Amino acid sequence: MADATHPVDTTPGGGTATAPPTPADAGDGRPGPRRTGRSLRQRLADYWYAWAMITPVVAVITVIIGYPLVRGVYLSLTDADEANVERTIGVNTIEATYDFVGLENYRDVLTDDVFWDRLGWTVLWTVACVGITFLVGLGLANMLNRVFRGRTLYRMALILPWAIPAFVSIFAWRMLFNERNGILNGVLDSGGVEGIAWLSDPTWAKVSVIAVNVWLGVPFMLIAMLGALQSIPAEQYEAAEMDGANAWQRFVNITLPGVRSVSMTVVLLSTIWTFNMFPVIFLLTRGGPAGSTDILVTEAFRLAFVNSPRDFAGSATWGVLILLLLVLFAIAYRRALRRQGEVW
Amino acid sequence: MATGTTRVDGTEPLPVPGPTRPGAPSPRRRVRRRGERGPLASFGLHLTLLAAAFIALLPPLWLLVTSFKPKSETFSLSLVADFTLDNYDHVVNDTAFLTWFGNSVLIVLVTTVIGVLISSTTGYALSRFRFPGMRPLMWTLLITQMFPMAVLIVPLYNLMSRYGLLNQPVALIVTYLTIAVPFCAWMMKGFFDTIPVSIDESGRVDGLNPFGTFWRLIMPLAKPGLAVTGFYTFVTAWAEVAYATAFMTGEDNLTLAGGLQTFVNQHTQDWHLMTAAAVLIAVPATLVFGYAQRHLQSGLTAGATKS
Repeated sequence: MADATHPVDTTPGGGTATAPPTPADAGDGRPGPRRTGRSLRQRLADYWYAWAMITPVVAVITVIIGYPLVRGVYLSLTDADEANVERTIGVNTIEATYDFVGLENYRDVLTDDVFWDRLGWTVLWTVACVGITFLVGLGLANMLNRVFRGRTLYRMALILPWAIPAFVSIFAWRMLFNERNGILNGVLDSGGVEGIAWLSDPTWAKVSVIAVNVWLGVPFMLIAMLGALQSIPAEQYEAAEMDGANAWQRFVNITLPGVRSVSMTVVLLSTIWTFNMFPVIFLLTRGGPAGSTDILVTEAFRLAFVNSPRDFAGSATWGVLILLLLVLFAIAYRRALRRQGEVW
Repeated sequence: MATGTTRVDGTEPLPVPGPTRPGAPSPRRRVRRRGERGPLASFGLHLTLLAAAFIALLPPLWLLVTSFKPKSETFSLSLVADFTLDNYDHVVNDTAFLTWFGNSVLIVLVTTVIGVLISSTTGYALSRFRFPGMRPLMWTLLITQMFPMAVLIVPLYNLMSRYGLLNQPVALIVTYLTIAVPFCAWMMKGFFDTIPVSIDESGRVDGLNPFGTFWRLIMPLAKPGLAVTGFYTFVTAWAEVAYATAFMTGEDNLTLAGGLQTFVNQHTQDWHLMTAAAVLIAVPATLVFGYAQRHLQSGLTAGATKS
């Protein structure tokens, strides 16, 4: 009876909820043979309010995520497109006429160079964006993590890109990047340098989208790393200084280990966000020129909502593949963390 | 008098606050104290931060500056050229901008309120109880947060299309809940974790059942957490582009993310109007953000580092 009513002892720094169950509640949190001795009725009596409390979220997730997910997987196994899906026009409902085609879509996508091209660029894009953003964020956080005049002003200026909705900033960048009239080329011109085709040259377009994404991502990184830096006790630095460590040694031996666990979390988060970053590429270049900046998610979107006729089955196939890639990544990441002794 | 000023900003009393006055080292002291920098390091620090701040501020500032220029001067490099409010006038009175704004506010507010309300009990249960199904639920919440929109957008589109919901606000509300609910539940768990369990216990001793404890004791204490979670949800939904572009068509149904795209596309190049609309979208968002940003750090650590 008592197990479920015992609140888990949670302390602000602890996060014990995912820690291995203590002997008192062993077997409660996971399915297993140990549970078989107890009747369903008794378990209901023990846990009914915990279950009642999670019911709304479970129901909502099942209906609006679970069901569409299953349908998405099913659609990826059909030949659904604009012409044969069920739809409502006025009061008339047109029945669906698409057919089950098995794994044909997957075979088509995986044997096509387009997928592998996009995948390669997506990986490059993700690594470049996360790497640069992290380094810039950590560097700026280090600079801001000391006492000097104007610190608050700098901090406010640096997180401003976060405060503005991303799609607004992206349009601002499009204006700056404008090839004929933009301010960047205007400055280059007045310096005697020939203007750059920021968004219409395949290589420069890639540089541009990465630059904009870094610009958008640095504030989050900065705030997260600043929080991590401030949690490092000052005594450690004092002790190191007493022992004669110079600034670089203090950075490597105190700062870096101190920000490690937060870094792990934010790098994981921003990798997933960047991998799925739709607006930057869609609004800045629309994947162009000639698809050279299309990452996987923008290509999936293009198949279903930009191209004509709309290829729903193909887009669903890309979606499922993207999800599989992300799940694989998360598993690999978790393994790597475990090997290094992180409990997560 | 010098000591008085230095004590105010929390540093140790020094004859001269070194970092801010390079070139005027204290004559009495040759060895720099901890946390002090030489004039060169101080100069480099400020130079780097100034450059970074310049890059951070340039695009939004240029947007603001351009919005006050007439169409012919949109791309001129001067800061002020024929100051005018015509762009704003045109955007507000001659386009559907206010309709888009209304659509966005409606959709995002409803999403936020529903998301926070239905997620709070789950966050509480995950924070306080151990029960069968807890681990799968935690994993589900975590994994659904990293769902790419690409995997849900086609089936959701087809479902909305089947029930005739395309171009209706409810389509986007339901869709945004797929993002908001897992996120809110996860964040709320982090906030409830920071409320001492002894409060629950005292409630239990006084004869409250778990629901009573949650509703009467914990919810009032969790208000700041609710606010931060709601704020994040609001900002995320406000800036969403993909679903809004795919599900909403027709001038009167667009949200701001879709509406802004109508100014600059294959057919039109109304950069001057785009800048005015962009400023009108960004200013309220920035004000809300500025108000809430002092909670950002605590919110991040509560939501992001707990698992």
